[in-house]
Amino acid sequence: MFGYMGKILRVNLTTNEVTTEDLDFELAKKYIGGRGLGTKLYMDEVDPQVDPFAAENKIVFINGPLSGTATPTGGRYMVVTKSPLTGCIASSNSGGEWGAYLKYAGYDAIIVEGKASLPVYINIDEDKVEILPALDLWGKYTTEASDLLAEKQPGSKVLTIGPAGEKLSQMAAIMNEKDRAAGRSGVGAVMGSKNLKAITVKGNLKPEIANVEGLKAVTKECRAMLKENGVTGGGLPTYGTAVLVNIINEHGVYPTKNFQEGIDPDAEAVSGETMTEKYLIKRNPCHHCPIGCGRWVKSDKSADGIGGPEYETLWVFAGDLGIDDMEVVIDANYWCNELGLDTISAGATLAAAMELYQRGFITDEMLNDDVILKFGNADSVVHWLKKMGNREGFGDLLARGSYRLADFFGVPEYSMSVKKQDLPAYDPRGIQGMGLQYATSNRGGCHVRGYLISPEILGLPEKLDRFDLAGKEVWAKVFQDLTAVIDSTGLCLFTSFALGAQQYADMLNEVLGTEWTAEDVLLAGERIWNLEKLFNLEAGISPEEDTLPPRLLEEAMPDGPTKGWVHKLDELLPLYYKERGWDEDGIPTEERLEKLGLL
Amino acid sequence: MSIKIKLFANFREGRGKIVEMDYTPGMTGQDVIDSLGITAPEIAALIVDGVDGKVDAMLAVPIKEDGYMAIFPPVAGG
Ligand code: SF4
Repeated sequence: MFGYMGKILRVNLTTNEVTTEDLDFELAKKYIGGRGLGTKLYMDEVDPQVDPFAAENKIVFINGPLSGTATPTGGRYMVVTKSPLTGCIASSNSGGEWGAYLKYAGYDAIIVEGKASLPVYINIDEDKVEILPALDLWGKYTTEASDLLAEKQPGSKVLTIGPAGEKLSQMAAIMNEKDRAAGRSGVGAVMGSKNLKAITVKGNLKPEIANVEGLKAVTKECRAMLKENGVTGGGLPTYGTAVLVNIINEHGVYPTKNFQEGIDPDAEAVSGETMTEKYLIKRNPCHHCPIGCGRWVKSDKSADGIGGPEYETLWVFAGDLGIDDMEVVIDANYWCNELGLDTISAGATLAAAMELYQRGFITDEMLNDDVILKFGNADSVVHWLKKMGNREGFGDLLARGSYRLADFFGVPEYSMSVKKQDLPAYDPRGIQGMGLQYATSNRGGCHVRGYLISPEILGLPEKLDRFDLAGKEVWAKVFQDLTAVIDSTGLCLFTSFALGAQQYADMLNEVLGTEWTAEDVLLAGERIWNLEKLFNLEAGISPEEDTLPPRLLEEAMPDGPTKGWVHKLDELLPLYYKERGWDEDGIPTEERLEKLGLL
Repeated sequence: MSIKIKLFANFREGRGKIVEMDYTPGMTGQDVIDSLGITAPEIAALIVDGVDGKVDAMLAVPIKEDGYMAIFPPVAGG
């Protein structure tokens, strides 16, 4: 078996049983790995109606066939489970080193099931797999827990949750290498519900490669393409993802004060240019990554610096809160990592709370705190993040995310979310294709299920009219399907700024010994997309939830280059369903499912 | 009368964040980038007086008196 290690590790935390199973190579190839294979393995074992926090729920940690190979960025992994935030399938991706080390330990995936009676962690050193007590780690922040585990298991890579996961916040992330996050959809809370604090891995095994010389050649070609590309060889290494702050703001689609406005006159203060000039110490790349968009920045938390914020984090703790202070964002990012919180949802929940305060739904009496949750109040950010992550006082309500918070006050429309997951840093009123993508994303509000910002704003691979609806359903489907492929390979999505379906097919072919074309891999992507959709339908997520917050559909953007626009989802959605080969209610047809091998 | 050119990322190197230029009737983005020593293939996105579009088309659009341009090299993220 080439590419894969051929083994799945199963850990039952109720019975303390540890077993290994052979990977079905044909099944693996059909769903590639990572997001695709992880979803298939999960769906074959778990009732989609399961309570995400029940012992019957499972959580799958899975790398891809290119993880741990010489391919560029081949170190990522996926966490697949049912999301406690959305009720949808959750596939949360992270970089760093952990995913590659899972492979070096000899495994393609870990399936964790059951629930431990007391806090535990799983230690994996190739064939030696142990379930060990974690009472001394429970309650610890990410850095302290990771340092303690590194002492206990020298040479291991550490994945852990923070207090937010232990306390079942629906926005809890899973952290690895301290500052890399499988951030979205509350996957950290599923670990917490199982009393599982951490997983440590190490090993020295390597996958067999079908064509070693062929892989060398295609890797060289792909690395050259990444280096020559203006984004992956220039913009991202130099400025990180933060370089987006100015370009998104200049287009008037930089959501400000909980999407009440689309332009922030002071955004430059948190831009990539400012970060590079004043705060950057060095790049902080993931495993085998020649791009190195990760930042290492100055902070009073450590003389050596700390992991820096990404674009989404900069936006959410700056423009979305009406604050433009880089040091506040660096601090907020640090505390989200320590608490194990998704920065996007945590920040967006603060933004929703600030709008609820602005409109009189949240009062000073309810907050019962000297620090008021008010747009522009920089002191409130870390203060309330800590209360949110530790579920103290009003922070307990915040820990449930913006949708449940706003719904508590009877006004869910002030949550800027889709399927209860907060929208990221692009206002879809001025990016019509992206809005369609938000509405139809299988994991709820998300930018990395089909990044139409590329053609609609950034001019990559070609510039589309961002207001024009024509053909956007086609672009959305292709981007969604290709993203599903990349997420299944074990590579980073950012490679797609330079590489196309053909290059992913080439790398997979040399590793696996397959003869796939670009069309074949896109078909696999479509299969994965439809599989996720089937899970959501069986979980009770109605196509009526393929929508956007009412503000974005009804309230025209008040100012700037997007002034006067709303999102025209009602025109785009039927076209999208048709393009997908689904019926007019948004349900995959038997004919399409048959073509995709899903019947 | 002058127009304002906003520059981003590596376009700022040796030029600064904002360049003010004298306005001459009929001047286009192409005139602006010529005088800044930037070539069209280096540009990934361009906004002229609040309107964006394909770079080649936008470079031919006359800038308004008191208008502005925003010029971006290839940048991305997510
Ligand atoms: S491009 Fe950035 S996120 Fe992707 S693998 Fe490299 S450093 Fe990690």
